[in-house]
Amino acid sequence: MVDEGLKIELGKQGVFVTTIEELYNWGRKSSIWPMQFGLACCAIEMIATTMARYDLARFGAEVFRPSPRQADMMIISGTVTKKMAPQVVRLYNQMAEPKYVIAMGACAISGGPFKQGYNVLKGIDRYIPVDVHIPGCPPRPEALLQAFMTLQKKIEAQHLTGAGRPRHLDAEGQGEFPVPVQGEHDLEPTSNKGVWPLPVIIR
Amino acid sequence: MTIPAHAPEQLKNWNRPRIIEPGGDGDLLEVAMGPHHPSTHGVFRMDVALDGERVIRLKPVFGYLHRNHEKIAESVSYLASMPYTDRLDYICSLTNNWAYALAVEKLTSQEVPERAEYLRVILGELTRIQNHASSIGFLIQEMGASGTPLMYAFREREKILDLFEALTGSRMMCNYMRFGGCRVDASAAWLDAARKVVAGLPGFVDEFDQLLSSNEILMARTQGVGILRPELAVNAGVTGPMLRASGINYDIRKVDSYGIYNRFPFRVPLGDHWDVYDRFMIRMLEMRESIKIVEQALKDIPAGPVMDPKAKIRGFRPKAGEAYGRIEAPKGELGFYLISDGGPNPYRYRVRPPSLINLTVLEDMCLGSDIADVVLIFGSVDIVLGEVDR
Amino acid sequence: MPGAGVGIVSNPGPSGQHSLRLNPSHAAAVAKFLRDDAELALDFLSNVTGVDWPDKEIAEKVKVSKAVDGVEQTVEETRKRVEPGCLEVVYHLFSVARKHGPVILRMRTVNRTDQVELPSLTSIWRSAEFQEREVFDLYGVVFTGHPDLRRLLMWDEFTDHPMRRDYVEPDDFEYEPTAHDAVAARAAAHQEPREGKVAGQ
Repeated sequence: MVDEGLKIELGKQGVFVTTIEELYNWGRKSSIWPMQFGLACCAIEMIATTMARYDLARFGAEVFRPSPRQADMMIISGTVTKKMAPQVVRLYNQMAEPKYVIAMGACAISGGPFKQGYNVLKGIDRYIPVDVHIPGCPPRPEALLQAFMTLQKKIEAQHLTGAGRPRHLDAEGQGEFPVPVQGEHDLEPTSNKGVWPLPVIIR
Repeated sequence: MTIPAHAPEQLKNWNRPRIIEPGGDGDLLEVAMGPHHPSTHGVFRMDVALDGERVIRLKPVFGYLHRNHEKIAESVSYLASMPYTDRLDYICSLTNNWAYALAVEKLTSQEVPERAEYLRVILGELTRIQNHASSIGFLIQEMGASGTPLMYAFREREKILDLFEALTGSRMMCNYMRFGGCRVDASAAWLDAARKVVAGLPGFVDEFDQLLSSNEILMARTQGVGILRPELAVNAGVTGPMLRASGINYDIRKVDSYGIYNRFPFRVPLGDHWDVYDRFMIRMLEMRESIKIVEQALKDIPAGPVMDPKAKIRGFRPKAGEAYGRIEAPKGELGFYLISDGGPNPYRYRVRPPSLINLTVLEDMCLGSDIADVVLIFGSVDIVLGEVDR
Repeated sequence: MPGAGVGIVSNPGPSGQHSLRLNPSHAAAVAKFLRDDAELALDFLSNVTGVDWPDKEIAEKVKVSKAVDGVEQTVEETRKRVEPGCLEVVYHLFSVARKHGPVILRMRTVNRTDQVELPSLTSIWRSAEFQEREVFDLYGVVFTGHPDLRRLLMWDEFTDHPMRRDYVEPDDFEYEPTAHDAVAARAAAHQEPREGKVAGQ
């Protein structure tokens, strides 16, 4: 690793020193393409974030792709219903690695205000892994920007080798998850094994 | 009512049959548009059968955002449903609040103070302006003008949302109205800020109008497309700008003159070609009328309380009975039907969603047109999925 | 219209919106009359609502004469009687041509289990098409003569009618961070007790 002070000193002399890992992660974090995928109320705030006032383009993430195959990141922007959940998982499976998920808003995290509903999924992390959760109903555009920055920091800190390496460099890493089936009363199974451990309430 | 010369043949026999014969070799292509489709404003599916590019059959599929609003509302108190109404049509939360408050006020025969009525009109019409601006933006984005018109619309929407936030504490989910008035009073500073924003709106509408209305591509894509005959529109329960674009003069603000709408002179724009362009134009004109209403309301607003002092907040139990209250929401007739059995929760709570019922005629408007026009026709209905599926 | 069997249901509330109870066998004819009559001209069906009235168990005190200890006496006795429930559909009509309304129509099924058919009014007002499908989906009222009676909101494989009062929703409340009352008990059933603490309390 290059010493941080030396790096700055060399930079002043016009010499740019970096590691492959840093350069690679810098490239990845600066051009995250989100999927154009709105579910409910939060989608309107997501659109507001891309508009002139909040300007998501500053983070290199204004290119919303309608196709999951061209997208790096999925913003679960709104309530996931049990009717929609299989499609969300299928879209996630179709995205190419490396892929990330932001659960935007209370509904995507836990069902939110609609938690009592019979058709509402109590959090998308039952079926797919989520990288960043943003609370709020709906979260303000600033909160979505914060989530972007958190995700960028997460990408920046990933080592390309070793245990915590990104899934596209890890042959063992699981990138696809079983799509739930709509049964007679509920989704089957109600959560994917290994993705969602039953949280323990400690008081 | 005469049929426009450019109307497709199958529209002339407006109520039957809704089946058109495929030409060619009869091979149909079945396409599922949605639930993940960039033009569906969320999660909506259309099962389309195509003969080449021509739409032969179109069946909407709903329920991808069915959040059980009615079931939840029947298990909580009357007041606790108010925040849920925000999330019905999540672009216009304040008109949803108003419709629900109106229905409960009918159920309990409550009075609303003068100042609260004025505030409701101001907020309702500001909501209508921002809804119409964004819906035009979305419509034109679906036509391929990605970004620019929507940016203009959202620039103005942000100004209006700032007003909402200053008054109610939230940009989108305002939760502002109560049975018998409004939650908080507007300060003089807020009213001044509102006057300043409203003073800028006519300029915005002029700019928007100049930018779009005579655009050649827009006219070529929308004129004569998606014609909806007035007889069918009434029979299918279509309301709001859609109905008025079909030439029917029915605006609930005029018909019921709920609140204090009879004090404001405004005109009801009507369409005479019944197509997508008319629906676009009606929204543009309605924005201008709404600006006039807000300007007058901001000028006339009296001092006084914003809550009926006799209104009961705790232990709110309406007498047994039922009531149906409706308002002219930006999307159409938004109604709430409540049955009370004397308890703290409504026995039956029903939302009459304009977005869902306006989609009844989607298939009729799309049959025989090209698949590319389906996106436009669908966009001109102006729906929000939170309200369609509830 | 002879034998149409229309009754007036009064509304005790202050809104004063009374309604008409239709006999299902004549509903279509009455509805057509309401739409086509020049005076009424109820050409706009605004709203279709399903309402569930479950079977009610009514406990009432009845005075019966009984032989107690060989002497005839009048004794108060509590008897339970089950009043059969029904599913009700409510239609709100307005007139676009004459700008009046609402006129409210109601129809009731015979019971809640096997005789749940009602005539569809979709052929008279198209706006009933999706709303009647919704009532079929959420309440289980079968509309005879409906052109396309499928579930509207839930998926096709679903078998319940979730807006009914006796619907039991799937048990997926395993995790409830701010649980209280009944919800806490349901969440606790999914949790293993840990170190002397009972989860969900």
